[in-house]
Amino acid sequence: MTSLPTCGTCRPARAVPDKLRGVNAAYLFALPAVALIAIVVLAPIAVVILLSFSNYSLGATDWSLVGIGNYAQLVHDRSFLNALSNTALYVSVVVSMSVLLGLLLAILVHGTGRLRRLYEVIFFLPVASTLVALGLVWKFMLHSRIGPINELIAALGLQRIDFFNNPSIAIFALAAIGVWHLVGFNMILFLAGLTGIPRDLYQAAAIDGADGFWDRLFRVTWPMLGPTTIFVTITSTITAFQVFDTVAVITHGGPAGSTDVILYQLYQASFQYFETGYASALTVVFLIIMMAISAVQIFAARGVHYS
Amino acid sequence: MTSAKLDVSTQELRAPSLAPSLAAAVRHGLLLIFAAIILLPFAWMILAAVKDPSDIFSDPFSLDPAKLRAVENFSKALTAAPMGLFMLNSLIVVVGVLSVQLITSVAAAYALAQLKFRGQTLLFGLVLFALCIPVQVPALPMYIALAKLGLLNSYFALMFPWFFSAFAIFLFRQHFRTYPQEIINAARIDGFTEIEIVLRLIVPSALPAIAAFSVFSVTAHWNDLYWPLIVVNVTEKMTAPLGLLNFQSAEGVSYGPLMAAATIITSPLVCVFLLARRYFVEGVTMTGVK
Repeated sequence: MTSLPTCGTCRPARAVPDKLRGVNAAYLFALPAVALIAIVVLAPIAVVILLSFSNYSLGATDWSLVGIGNYAQLVHDRSFLNALSNTALYVSVVVSMSVLLGLLLAILVHGTGRLRRLYEVIFFLPVASTLVALGLVWKFMLHSRIGPINELIAALGLQRIDFFNNPSIAIFALAAIGVWHLVGFNMILFLAGLTGIPRDLYQAAAIDGADGFWDRLFRVTWPMLGPTTIFVTITSTITAFQVFDTVAVITHGGPAGSTDVILYQLYQASFQYFETGYASALTVVFLIIMMAISAVQIFAARGVHYS
Repeated sequence: MTSAKLDVSTQELRAPSLAPSLAAAVRHGLLLIFAAIILLPFAWMILAAVKDPSDIFSDPFSLDPAKLRAVENFSKALTAAPMGLFMLNSLIVVVGVLSVQLITSVAAAYALAQLKFRGQTLLFGLVLFALCIPVQVPALPMYIALAKLGLLNSYFALMFPWFFSAFAIFLFRQHFRTYPQEIINAARIDGFTEIEIVLRLIVPSALPAIAAFSVFSVTAHWNDLYWPLIVVNVTEKMTAPLGLLNFQSAEGVSYGPLMAAATIITSPLVCVFLLARRYFVEGVTMTGVK
């Protein structure tokens, strides 16, 4: 039963302390991550759910539970519904455009040979750069009086467009910046998908008579990119839902609340007005939306593995 | 039948001389247009940063040395803002976050991938759960806790929420799992401790994944605005994006220094990207393994 430390070559005897050591090491190795996940993920989520049923306000000494009061307020809050619909509009424009353009760019870049690396670098550049800085540049470029885009529009003899002061245009101007920022990311994902398509599929299609550009696109490339397209659409949706930087830098939710999005409202309620209970309810709603998108992703990924 | 077939073959004979080069011209033409749109803000930012604010409107693309104001613009961005300090703060945050993330994630991923312990499945389930949680969700309770502890406006507050990375643990676990168990067992028999196994066998084998995660983490935290905006309101602790936002709202700032400041905070990551392009691209592709 006792181990024999002197017996160096005797495996069973050594295996026992090794296994024990492995078990101890496993707890030791996992401990920091376990502690951190409890402090920075699990506890905050529990607290935010609790706070969403309270009238707590940062700095207040007394507070009480108010049931679903905050959620009831949320449902009837015009500014929340406005932010929700603005976000939905922004997401639908950014996702559709960045997925379609990402796919188009990937198909165009895929066959360019030596220049491929150069195009990859150019299209990926916005992803690697600071959106706060480039958001400022876009604000400047789209300025109604002094922006070069409007100089160009005026030079063509057209009416200048006040991109960020026109309530029916501002959200689309932000969406255009969102597409500019995201399209290279999606292109890279589609390129990875394109590389994964076996060459003999194209040869087989050519034998069957499908060898034109459009034939290849619609009969081979597009169907084979199905799983990638689903994945890119979902990650783009998650990214687009989290739009915040351009709103904070350029429009501050204006004009007339037309670019007020969920995260900007969440930020203001939490950290500018300190309406903690209400902001917590908003956080929970945001969490539920994001979890639902993730659930779609998990569901879709399950389907993909069988194909 | 035969004539139709003949037609096709003659068409195919004639086509190669013209069609491929035409297709290539269309392809590159389209790509160049898109590339110009993508690059336009970068070009405008740099032009505005080196030129006189009034000159940029009258004659944006001339680079007449007599009218360049690069020195004035950049020195104003560095003194009035102060962008140098903001960059240093960002650097401290980015390096601090990445170091702790790598230590905690490599250790946890090794335990999940190659060791056996009670609660292993539960921990992995929690990591997958945490992957779906957007970073803005824990922000409010975390802010309240940091405020109560008097820790706002500190490097610790800027870094703490990011010490745990579910993405890093997940990514590293997937890579560590592919490492052959027999080699680990052999190393144990040779007297390697678990820490030596991780540092001398596992980590070197997973360097591409670690590098890809590192550029991913550095990019995310260099560019982050949301969290610094929440926990910092004193100039001395502002990170680069927050400092720039603050500089923009300062009174009487003209576009020259502002664009110089934007250029300053964008350039480090762009340089890293140009040098480590491969890891950026791999990092993006690795998000696909989720």
